[in-house]
Parts: sequence; C-alpha cells; structure tokens
Amino acid sequence: MLRLERRPEASHLMSYASPAIAILLMLIGGLFLFAFLGKNPIEGFKVFFINPISDLWGVSELLLKATPLMLIAVGLAIGFRANVWNIGAEGQLIVGGIAASAVALHFQESEGAHVLILMIIAGCIGGMLWAAIPAFLKTRFNTNEILVSLMLVYVAQLLVSWLVHGPMMDPDGFNFPQSAMFEDSALLPLVFDDGSRVNLAFVFAIGALLAGYVFMFRSFAGFQMQVAGFAKDAARYAGFSARRMIWIGLLAGGAMAGLAGMAEVSGPMGQITDQVSSGYGFAAIIVAFVARLNPVGIFFASLLMALLYLGGEQAQQYMNLPSSISLVFQGMLLLFLLGSDVFINYRLRWKREVAA
Amino acid sequence: MTSESGGSEALRLELQGITKIYPSVIANEDVSLSVKKGEIHAVLGENGAGKSTLMKMIYGVTRPDAGKMKWEGEVVHVENPAHARSLGIGMVFQHFSLFETLNVVENVALGLPGNPDLNQLAEQIVEVSNRYGLPVDPQRLVHALSVGERQRVEIVRCLLQNPKLLIMDEPTSVLTPQAVRKLFDTLRQLAEEGCSILYISHKLDEIQELCHVATVLRDGKVTGDCIPSEETPKSMASLMIGKELPVPEHNAPVELGEARLQLNRLNKKSDDPFGTDLQDIELEVRSGEILGIAGVSGNGQQELLYALSGEELVDDADSIVICGKASGRDNPDRRRVGGLGFVPEERLGRGAVPRMSLTENALLTAHHAGMLNHGMIKFDKIAEFARKCIAGFNVKCGGEEHAANSLSGGNLQKFIMGREILLAPKMLVVAQPTWGVDVGAAAFIRQELIDLRNQGTAILVISEELEELFEISDRIAVIANGRMSPAKNLADTNIDEIGLWMSGMWEQGAADGTEAQANA
Repeated sequence: MLRLERRPEASHLMSYASPAIAILLMLIGGLFLFAFLGKNPIEGFKVFFINPISDLWGVSELLLKATPLMLIAVGLAIGFRANVWNIGAEGQLIVGGIAASAVALHFQESEGAHVLILMIIAGCIGGMLWAAIPAFLKTRFNTNEILVSLMLVYVAQLLVSWLVHGPMMDPDGFNFPQSAMFEDSALLPLVFDDGSRVNLAFVFAIGALLAGYVFMFRSFAGFQMQVAGFAKDAARYAGFSARRMIWIGLLAGGAMAGLAGMAEVSGPMGQITDQVSSGYGFAAIIVAFVARLNPVGIFFASLLMALLYLGGEQAQQYMNLPSSISLVFQGMLLLFLLGSDVFINYRLRWKREVAA
Repeated sequence: MTSESGGSEALRLELQGITKIYPSVIANEDVSLSVKKGEIHAVLGENGAGKSTLMKMIYGVTRPDAGKMKWEGEVVHVENPAHARSLGIGMVFQHFSLFETLNVVENVALGLPGNPDLNQLAEQIVEVSNRYGLPVDPQRLVHALSVGERQRVEIVRCLLQNPKLLIMDEPTSVLTPQAVRKLFDTLRQLAEEGCSILYISHKLDEIQELCHVATVLRDGKVTGDCIPSEETPKSMASLMIGKELPVPEHNAPVELGEARLQLNRLNKKSDDPFGTDLQDIELEVRSGEILGIAGVSGNGQQELLYALSGEELVDDADSIVICGKASGRDNPDRRRVGGLGFVPEERLGRGAVPRMSLTENALLTAHHAGMLNHGMIKFDKIAEFARKCIAGFNVKCGGEEHAANSLSGGNLQKFIMGREILLAPKMLVVAQPTWGVDVGAAAFIRQELIDLRNQGTAILVISEELEELFEISDRIAVIANGRMSPAKNLADTNIDEIGLWMSGMWEQGAADGTEAQANA
C-alpha cells in the first residue's frame, strides 16, 4: 500500500521544483485531454500553446491579458504572505471597474488627464471598499475572510448586472446591457504604436511588481507580514498588530484588483458591461500560488496563465472546443500544484507490513 | 514483562559503528554502545553532540548511513517508529508529539495498534498514571495542558505499551522534586522488571543517582564510558564538554535601585477553560536584583508571562507598572520601548521564527535600535547586530544567514537571550532560561543573567527548576493556583520550604482548593 510519510525537513528543492512539475503535468494532462476529446494531441498542443504567441500581435495580446493578472496577484500575495486569505479579488475588480466607469461617464464631456487620474483613484478605492468589508468583519467580529470575500463576489456580479441594465445603461445602446463607450480622455493610452492593444496598465503592473518586491523584501511592514504568516505567536510576541496586517493584506489586494478593473474598462473594453472580468480575480489566486507569492514569479506565472486564456480562444476557434477549456487547464494547473506541493513536506513510501 | 530467554547479561540493544552524516554536519561518527537488559543507561552530551540523532535512529525516525544495530542479538533495520514500537522500543521526546485538539485518551489511542476501546483505555491510563505517580486526566484536551502535563501524557503513553527499551529525552526538566523522585522510582521499578532505559539528561546529579552506566558523546563521537556512581558531577562534566565546568559567581547583593516592575493586585481571567486565573498578584522587582518565581507548571506561569509581556492585555493599566509607567494596556512593542525585555519559554515559533534567518530574527524585537530607515530595513545593520549577538553569546551556528530552526535548542536560546540583552533592557523577564539546554550553555546563560543584574538591570526569572532559581536569585517567590506567595530573601528560605509552598501552602486558609495542583 502506498502512503505519505512526513519528511524530517521540508524539501527546499521541491518548493521550487513543484511549480515546474505542476506545469509539466498540466501539459501532459492537456495532451490526454485533447486525445480524450478526439483531437490530435500534438495538433491541440500547437493550437493551444504555440499558435497564440507565434507572432508579435499574439505576444502583445499575451501582455494585455497578463496585465490584470500581475496587478491582482501581487496585491493578493501581500496578504497571502501573512495568511490573510482574500478570495474575493474578482468582486473587488468588478467594483473597481464600476467606480472607474462612474467617473468616466460623469466626465463624458471633459478633456484632460484628470479624468484618467480620477478613474485610477476611483478604481483603487472601489476595490479597497469592497475588500474593507471582510477586513472590518474579521477584525471586529472574527468572521472568516475567505467566506465573506468570496460571497461578496456574487454580490458584486449582481450589482454590476443591475447597473448596466439600469442607471449605467447606454441610452442609445438598443437596450444592450452595457454602458456608453468611453470618450478618448477616459481610455488608457497605448504603449506601442504598432496597433497592439497593450496600454499603460502594463506599465502600472510592472511598477506594482517592483513596488510589491520592495514592500515584501525590503520594508519592515512586509517583514512583519511575513513573520505573521510563518509564526503567528512570534508576531504577537514581537507586538506586531494582527489587525493592521489583516487591513493591509485585504486593502492591498482590493486596491490592485480595483485598479485591474479600472484597466479593463478603460483599456480593451472601453465601456462597462456585466462581463467586466474574465475570471481574472480567481485566476490570479492560482498565479500567486504558482509564483510562490514572489513578484518575480508572478510576472512569469501571469504570462503562463494569460497563455491559457489565449489558447482557450484559439482552441474554440480552430478546434471546435468550448472556451471553458481554459478553465479546465487552470484547474489542472492548480490541482497539480497542490498535489506536488504535498511532496514538499511529505514523501511517498511503499508500506510493508511490519511483523508484529 | 519480557519473555525471551537469555541470561541477565544478555544485550538488549547493541550499536556498532553508527555514523550519520547530514549535508552540513556529521551528527554521529562511529558510535558504539550496548544496553543490557534491565539497565538504566545514560547518554550524556552537550547540545549538538548528536544524542538526539542517535536516539532517532534507534527509534526509526531517521536511518544511519553506516553501522549496524542489533536488537536482542539480531541485526535489525528499524524502518519507522511503528516498527520500533513493534520491537518493543518506546520513546519520550523532548519535543512532544501530541495532537492539540484531541484529548489525552484519544492521543494515546492514536499511538496504539488497532482500534482500542476509549473507555477501557482511559481506565488503563488512570491506573498506569497512578501506579507511576504521573497524574493525568484522560478526558482533558491536550492544548490546555502545560508542558509538564504533556510530558506525563507522553510517558504514560509509552508505559502502556510495555516497552522493553524506553528512551527518555530530558524527561525531568518540568517536574517538581517530588515528582522527579516518583519518576525515578518508576524507572527503577521498570528496570527491575527487565525493561532497559536509555536516559538522556544534562542533569548530572540525576544521572548519578539513577543510571547504572553512562556513555558520553562529544561532537558526534563517543568520548568515554563511565559508571556514574564512581564519578563526580564535575568529572562527568569535564568528560562531556572537554574542559572544567564554570560555576556562576554570585556577587554580594548590589545596592537596590528603583522599582522597575510593580504588579498591583493583578487580576486576569484566563480565556482558556482549562487555564489558571491570576488572582491579586502583588510583586516588585527592583534594579539590581533577580527575583525568581518557582512553581509547578500549569499554576499560572503562562498567564502571568502573557500579561507581563503584553501579548495579552489586562483591563487595569495600573496593575502592571514597568519602569514607572502604567503599562497594563500597552502592546509588547510599546512595553519594549519602555524598557522591557522578554525571553519566552517557547523558542521556536514565539521567541524566533523557525524558517527565518538569525538576521531576520534579530529584527523581530531589535527594530527600534536604529535598524529602519523610513520603514525600510537596513540589512547591513541587522546583520551586524546578529553577528554581534552570535559572537558575544557564543552561539554555535553556520552564520547569521542560517535559519533559526537549524540551531540546537541551547544555541537558539543563547541567541534569543543575547538579542534581548543587547537591547539593554531596564527590566528583563525570562521564562525557563535553561530548559533543555546543556550544562555548558546553561552555566553561560546563568552567568549572563547575574552579570546583567550586577549592571543594575532588574530581572524576573520564572523557572520550574528549583536548583537554578536557588543558584541565581536574590529573592524567591512561588506561584500556585494563580496566586503569588510573598517573596523571601534567599538566605531566609530553603528548597524544602519553597517545595512546600509550591503546593500553595504559604498561609493558613489559602490551602483549600490548591491541593489538587500539588504533586506531593
């Protein structure tokens, strides 16, 4: 019989090898999945993983999709390092998008940079407000932030749906559930002038990764949060405030998710609809874990996750597969990561019956 | 208890040339020892000498790289602890392996093969614990037990399995003198019944009193075998550390300065249903003295320490006055700024973050000492502080970049103690300063405390080791059942009186309700 046996010491090698193993297993699993669906696995692999980035346009689309993932994942990682589990980035993204859209629609007639600046501020504050609810309830009533933040995702989805069917609906939009298209002053400028859709938010994302790195590894506040994540009693012994960490952890995630929401409505969408997010808030959780909560890792893991999104679109287009195939790959990645993470602390042993 | 044939000289356990190499260190090199049936065999050595590794190999937790182990004359390869238990080897670890959320009887059941009946098992536990003088309540949850009580559970758990060889790693550190005597009776009784005992301890007088034979380890190698009854503690210590053991110098009392810590009718209800409420505690510690607090574990020490450090706040700010400031409602950080230093009992996970480097662990409490620049960490400054701590307090480690959990218990304690002392506290609170620490390190730590007192620091030491308190304290008080006895000058009291007070009997009428806590 096989059984798991605790390792005497956690394997350092495994803690870094585990994401690589998970990615490899996901690819192998994908080959089986294509075969199982009656497609040629090699062909499927090519369509899913090679075609999307075979030209410059593809690469720019990859960066576009990776942008919100980087933003959200780095915000979440700050909290996760202190064991503050914000699972509701999806909702915070939506509320950030709503707030930014409200600014854009309010200033429809205005020119000038103040519109975008206000939208950025509104996006961050919207996300933070949504994240402040679980933070307040946890610090005040010791509720579970996982449940509260997750449930608020569904509230946010209903909220945006109501808004685009009502107050925010485009009066000239033939009753489609969407807002009016934003003016140019409310759209993020493009970074390259080669026709790609990569916008200023990508620069924000790189900035956020750098800032996140400095916060996590150079600042005392980041150190305090890491102590709390590793050893709660040691944080208490040192006098680090647990409440403060819950607030910082949730607000950092909320602000970044809100900014990502702003970047979506002000970037590729140019308006708000009830499909603000493509599940970035949840995908970013996987990104943060695959990246071992490290900003450098988040950069690469976001690119990988973005590739899964693009691959899903390609598979839908060229192989007649449902677009939810992206989610299957995301799920496989998380499953294999959690699975191989077990081997950081445990090893597999073939159990022999010991003579009594 | 045992059924195998063989004379009284039969070897129960024989190790030949055991070697264990870890990537960075040789834990054991060519270690040979043999244990006879019914023999109490001491394994002596400083922290890091390789005692625990050797025991872990016998118990199947790790495997040797070379050498062989014979069990009752036959070569065995112990696969895992379950295999060891099936052979008849039981072990009481220094760090306990109990599930906190389960009660005592459930914990014991988990270590037993099959699916034992819990009610029946509870009866067995009560029976064994009474027979061997180790009172435990089978229905209590482990998380609510004190360190001393958890150890009793571990011992009882082993005894239930009728072992042929019992390995005990530092078993007496949390017991009252009376309980130690009872434990020794137990162990002698077991040995007479034919059970062999491997006894790891740093208390040389105990080894002399109890053990038939001793094997001494230094740096992973056997440096000698001896018959403890033919040696003196001094000669054994020098065999163990390779040089003469320093004896702490306790200077004459220094001039007492101002009060640095005052507890004024400190009351605190415990959040824990099995905890101890602190009741009307009055105490004063002045500059230039060491006040020792004795007591059996679980009598309110934990609660008092949490209240003193600020990890738990009390309602009445004036009931804790640190350096003249009412501090009952201040968090640990603010108390530290006010002059308090604190060394907790748990080193890994409370006094230090196991996975973080010594440098980062220095930052844990030393961040006020000019180590931050607008909220950013000055890494060169903390590394320098950590190196100073390592050098000044004789911490054996691979360097300041190594993780706290790579250090032995004694060395980590020296590091934590050093960190707190380097911060120049006006008032230092220390819990169990030498728990599980070898004699060399313990003597060093005690000397550091005395030196600090001579420089005018006020020191409060809470310890369950009476000998230690008598060695370093100027005054001694006893905590029992959440109440504090008056403090007595060392010259005016003795171990017997303090031992009696530990049962809560320092005044007529205060004795009711405290009997249950007493082990005597």
